[in-house]
Amino acid sequence: MSRILRSLSVASVCLVFVAGLAFVIWEISAVATPVDLPARLAENLERSSVENPVTAVLLNFRSYDTLLEIGVLVIAGIAGISVARTSSLEDPELRTSDELLYALQRWLIPLMLLLAGYLLWAGSDRPGGAFQAGAVLAASGVLMRLGGIPMDFLRPGLMLRLGLSLGFAVFLLVAVASALHGGEFLAYPPEMAKTLIVVIETVLTLSIAMVLLALFVSAPVNNAEEPEEGGS
Amino acid sequence: MAEWMLDIVLVIALLVTAGSALWSRDLFRAVVFFIAFGLLMALAWVRLNAPDIALAEAAIGAGLTGVLLLDATRHLSNRDSGRKNRGGGQS
Amino acid sequence: MTPSLLYALAGAALCGIGLFGFILISHLLRKLLAFNLMGSGVFLVLVGLAQHRSGPDPVPQALVLTGIVVAIAATALAVVLIRRYYHLAGKTALDDAARETLRDQGSRQVREEPGE
Repeated sequence: MSRILRSLSVASVCLVFVAGLAFVIWEISAVATPVDLPARLAENLERSSVENPVTAVLLNFRSYDTLLEIGVLVIAGIAGISVARTSSLEDPELRTSDELLYALQRWLIPLMLLLAGYLLWAGSDRPGGAFQAGAVLAASGVLMRLGGIPMDFLRPGLMLRLGLSLGFAVFLLVAVASALHGGEFLAYPPEMAKTLIVVIETVLTLSIAMVLLALFVSAPVNNAEEPEEGGS
Repeated sequence: MAEWMLDIVLVIALLVTAGSALWSRDLFRAVVFFIAFGLLMALAWVRLNAPDIALAEAAIGAGLTGVLLLDATRHLSNRDSGRKNRGGGQS
Repeated sequence: MTPSLLYALAGAALCGIGLFGFILISHLLRKLLAFNLMGSGVFLVLVGLAQHRSGPDPVPQALVLTGIVVAIAATALAVVLIRRYYHLAGKTALDDAARETLRDQGSRQVREEPGE
C-alpha cells in the first residue's frame, strides 16, 4: 500500500515538474533573443580559419569549454582504471569466441579506422570532427578487444598514461604558449590557427578514444583478483 | 503537414522507447529499448539540423553505450558469479 | 509553434520520465538508464529552444556535442562502479538492500568485504 502511495506522490511531483518546465519553455519561446548568435558567428567564421561552424565554436571560439571537457574525461578515465581490478588482458574468459565476430572483424576494423580518419579530416569544413572520430575509434577498439586482438598499450604503464593525458597536455600547452606569446589564454595566433586546430583535434581524437576504451576495458571485474584486495 | 507528421511520430516514438526502457520487465529488453532510443535521438538531431550531433549520437548512443550496457547486463544477470565469488573470498 | 519547439517540449517530457524512473526504480543499471534519459531531455531542450527562433544555431550544438561525450564517459564510469559494487555486495540495488544487511549484520560476514 505504501508503495503505491509513494509512486503516486513521486508521479505527481514529476508531473508538476514537467508542467512547470513546459510552461517555462513556452514562455521563453515567445521572447525574442537579445543577441543573434548564429548571425554573429557567421560574421566571424572567417577569423576561425575552419569552415564548419560547430568545429569553429568547439575549437576556437569556445575552446575553453573543450579544454575543460577533455580534463573531465581524463579524470573519469583515471577514476575508472583505479577502481578496476582486471587481471591479464588476454584472459580467455573475457573474450567472445564467436566465429561470426572474427569474420566480421576482418572487414569492419579497417573500415572503421578509415572512417575515423575521414571524420577527423572532414571536421574542418563539414559535419565531423574530433568527438565523432574519437567515438568511432573507441568503438573499433572495443571490437578488437572482444575479438581478443592483443592491445598492449592498454596495460597500466607509460603508454596508457601518455595516451590518456596527451590530448589534455597538448591543448593546455597551446593555451599557455599563446598566453605567454602575448595573446590571451587560448587565443591562437591567426596565421597558425589552422595548423594548431588540426593538431589539437588529432590528439583530442586519440585521447577521447583512449579514455572510452580504458573505461570499457576496466569494466569487467575478475574473480581471480579477489584474494588480493581482501588482504589489503 | 507531412513534415509535422514525421516530427510528431518521432517524438511519440522517443517517449515510448524511453518509457519501455525503464519499465520493461527484462533488463536485456530494457537495454535494447535504450539503444533504439539512442538511434531515434540521432534521427531527432537530423530533424533539428544538427548533423554533427547526429553523427556523435549514432556512434556513441548506438555503438558504445550498447556494447557497454549489454556487457554489464550479461554480468549482472549472471547471479552465480557474484555469490560464488563472495564465498570464495571468505575462505 | 515550430518543430524545434516540439522537440524542446518532448525534451521536458523526457526529463520528467527520467526523473520519475530515477527516483522510483531501485535497480542500479535502470537508474543509470533513467539518468541518461534525463540528460537526453536536457540536450533536446537546449538545442530545440535555441533554434526555435533563429534557425540552426551552432553554439548550443557545440555545447551539446561536448555534453554527449561527457555523458558517455560518466555512464561508462558508472557501469564500472556498478559492476564493482555487484561484485563485492552481490546486489544490484542500494536502498532497501543496504538496510537489510545492516539488520542481520552479525549473522553474515559478508559485510566486512564492502567496507574494505
